[in-house]
Amino acid sequence: MWREAALVAGKDLRVEWRSRVVLNQVVPFSVVVLLLFGFALDPDRGFLRQAAPGLYWIAVLLSAMVVVQRSFAVETADGGRDALRATGLDPAALFLGKAAATAAVLVALEIVLAVGVSLLYGVDLTRGLPLLVVSGLLATIGLVAPGMIYGALASGLRVRETLLPLLFLPAVAPVMIGATRAFEAALRQPPSMGEGWRWCGLLGVFAAIYTALGLLIFEPLLEDS
Amino acid sequence: MDPVIALRGVVSVLGRFPVLAGIDLDVGRSEVVLLSGANGAGKTSLLRLCAGLLAPVSGQATVLGHVLPAGRRDLRRRVGYLGHANALYDDLTVTENVRFWARAAGATVADADAALDRLAVPTRLRHVEAGHLSAGQRRRAGLAALAARRPELWLLDEPHAGLDATARDDLDTLVLEAAAAGATVVLASHELDRARRLVGRTVSLAGGTVVADDRVQPDAPLSSTTSGDAAVAVPGVA
Repeated sequence: MWREAALVAGKDLRVEWRSRVVLNQVVPFSVVVLLLFGFALDPDRGFLRQAAPGLYWIAVLLSAMVVVQRSFAVETADGGRDALRATGLDPAALFLGKAAATAAVLVALEIVLAVGVSLLYGVDLTRGLPLLVVSGLLATIGLVAPGMIYGALASGLRVRETLLPLLFLPAVAPVMIGATRAFEAALRQPPSMGEGWRWCGLLGVFAAIYTALGLLIFEPLLEDS
Repeated sequence: MDPVIALRGVVSVLGRFPVLAGIDLDVGRSEVVLLSGANGAGKTSLLRLCAGLLAPVSGQATVLGHVLPAGRRDLRRRVGYLGHANALYDDLTVTENVRFWARAAGATVADADAALDRLAVPTRLRHVEAGHLSAGQRRRAGLAALAARRPELWLLDEPHAGLDATARDDLDTLVLEAAAAGATVVLASHELDRARRLVGRTVSLAGGTVVADDRVQPDAPLSSTTSGDAAVAVPGVA
């Protein structure tokens, strides 16, 4: 299974590297979202600093949706979805491989957005750095795992572009809450590490549940949707 | 010897529409069978059923000894299905595409490279991204990806579509060599004259059922069917 997962992840990352869609389109999109928040809320950096954790994760969430959609669009373009099924690849490996590639892309985006938040909103991200990193990684898994499930479900349907946000956004509300609270705790002066780790616990449970669910139901999702 | 494909009263539906409405069909080892019929007759659905991509809702379907739908995952490793699409990633080169599909199906990089050679994919094209290929070049690359998998059962849906004359001849030779080496080939085509040169049998479909099943004598056999080293030349046959 791991060999097959690595094969799929390698293929997805290579496709992303070659197409430069993330670099040329998703990254600018994410930065524009951050800028628009700045315009819409207040040019006063004090308020933006306070709201930065929530704004950051909304920008990540919107970017994640684009990345997930892209991950499955690549498969539907020339019959790749059927061809993947026809290879006899383990669906669990397919889930893990696509999730790993999407997570890698999303982590890169999160780093860019973190730099953006730091520069645009004047947030010091060196405070509570371990908490920021751990909660960020758990939240990434918490976004990607349901993203793969709902992405696979929607990709077999004609209404996939509009259905995915409808399924995905409400499902990841706990991630938004947990990640935002963990970031708030980390950025507080002084950081509330205990509180932050508790939110990490919620993120970890959510990520574990959706990862297990994905491993179990990816096959029927691919076969029946 | 057990048939490679054994279907008894197989019904399959898409949504509520019965695309296969009680198919009975036996196909033996090394047979080359042409599926003919009008659009919507059920040719593609029958091929997808045999590839384990479309589940039967009633009847009995056994392909390469695997009872469907339960055995579909094991079956898929042994079958090569080429549909209307070529399953190429536009941003990967031809070589990368063929190698990926070969490895995904359990074959090796060497199998993939041998298939590219066998399909005579020009060296200059192998490092071109698939998105820059013509329709015919894409089809040829798709066929190479299929051949690299070493299928025991080839399921080809309009395989000649988009190919130039040379590529069509290459494809015909590949099909005949595969059958000579022990593989079974089922192909659907509207190009009946060309396809009939390849096959020993024509199965006609209408409304999701078999309406005629005729043995045919190829009128222009290609010499490769009797080639002694055919099994060596075909990279895709186990």
